Amino acid sequence: MTNLSRRKLFTAGLAAAGGASGLAVAAALADRYGLIPPDHGGLYGPGETLTYGTHRLLTRHSLAREFPRSQITKTPFANGKPPQSEDFKLLQAGGFADWRLTVDGMVARPATFSLAGLRRYPSRSQITHLACEEGWSFIAEWIGVPLIHVLDMVGILPRAKYVVYFSIQRDWWDSVDMADALHPQTLLTYGMNGGDLPVGHGGPLRLRVPRQLGYKSVKYITRLTVTDTMKGFGKGLGSAAPEEGYSWYAGI
Amino acid sequence: MADSAWVSGLGSAAPTTTHTPRHTALVRVTHWITALCFVALLVSGVEIVISHPRFYWGEVGNVLTPSLFDLPIPASRPSVLTGYGFVLPDQNGWSRYLHFQAAWVAVLTGLLYAVAGLFNGHFRKNLVPEGAGLSRREISRVIANHLRFKPAGEAEARSYNVLQRLAYLSVIFVLFPLMIWTGVAMSPAFTSAFPATVTVFGGQQSARTIHFIVSLSLVLFVLVHIGMVCFAGFTNRTRAMITGRADIPETAAHKEDA
Repeated sequence: MTNLSRRKLFTAGLAAAGGASGLAVAAALADRYGLIPPDHGGLYGPGETLTYGTHRLLTRHSLAREFPRSQITKTPFANGKPPQSEDFKLLQAGGFADWRLTVDGMVARPATFSLAGLRRYPSRSQITHLACEEGWSFIAEWIGVPLIHVLDMVGILPRAKYVVYFSIQRDWWDSVDMADALHPQTLLTYGMNGGDLPVGHGGPLRLRVPRQLGYKSVKYITRLTVTDTMKGFGKGLGSAAPEEGYSWYAGI
Repeated sequence: MADSAWVSGLGSAAPTTTHTPRHTALVRVTHWITALCFVALLVSGVEIVISHPRFYWGEVGNVLTPSLFDLPIPASRPSVLTGYGFVLPDQNGWSRYLHFQAAWVAVLTGLLYAVAGLFNGHFRKNLVPEGAGLSRREISRVIANHLRFKPAGEAEARSYNVLQRLAYLSVIFVLFPLMIWTGVAMSPAFTSAFPATVTVFGGQQSARTIHFIVSLSLVLFVLVHIGMVCFAGFTNRTRAMITGRADIPETAAHKEDA
């Protein structure tokens, strides 16, 4: 009897040690391959980490579904109100000629771009689905310069892990990992359905991240910061979303 | 193993009731984890639906497009006109976190249950209707017993009748998989890697609508399930799912014989 329980205890101990070191190795590997989201702590951290890690393993290079022109939604819903601040209204009155996009952080050549400057770069357009986390959606054509092109212009350093993007609306900022930042469908969008991007949809400049839900496609972009850590940005959770209780990763 | 030892040791101790092994430890543990996940998924799912209680068919749908059907409930977003004069507080943040966390636990638990069930014969022995069980006569007999509110006999305290077997099989092999499938079909990331997941349903909004309808079917199943547990003897049946052992009164067994 004592022999049996001693053996059991030994086996259980061995299993526990094996499990713990297995977990430690898995955590180190997951961190090494960028499978841990900035909001991995707290009560919902395990689920968030499983979702993000699994999605990254499955979707690192996959392309968001694209649609024929005939499927463009006639009534795209513009959620939220345009910025009410004086500086935005001034810029809008000037036809956004003075709108600037600043790119800084871990880059070789920090730079500032005007909209006219961005329009001179190779443009791409895509007809993709924008789904809100609430449940509604529409399909539109989005026109802009691939984010990867702008990042190549400024020369990101090899240690870069995230691109943080800021709206003219102070409380809106977010970030994507390099898989999404360098993704060919991630566009600094200035056009929609053949025309300029309407203010209601984030004009003059919106970052479209079509493999994630609508709230990752932040409107009214004025600044990009390349970084290797989210520490020092807000509460360090990756974006304003987790500070409001929403997940950083919005691929589902 | 532990169960059979316990039962054989008990034969002489309890003269009026028979304790019979009913559910294996794996079935019991996975049952209660799934039950807990179901509550979490239901509560968070309701909160998510409240933010947009309109349903559509096809790829797209928003407040500017016609809906397939609307739920007659208030919404947590001012953009949805519900006819109510108020907007509920936004609960989507924690609801989405909880929904996916509970979904992960449910999926991993379900996988463990399904793989174990295939290998240890749980499905074959306990859930697939036996040859005679699927006959029209047996099915109508069980339905008639239900309609007459006839208490479950001894056989049903030991194993499942044909209606139970069919209900459990469809929940395990149809409704749960469909729930997971329509869930990932709503993900713009998952469908970027596996577009057929969503195109077979005709679009992301169709997947959302099916996800909702299947969730209603699961709620209906759970209500009937709990109702039947109460009818068959709540304490005894619930204890069987916790301790693994069911009490079978000898008198009931004699009645069955007579």
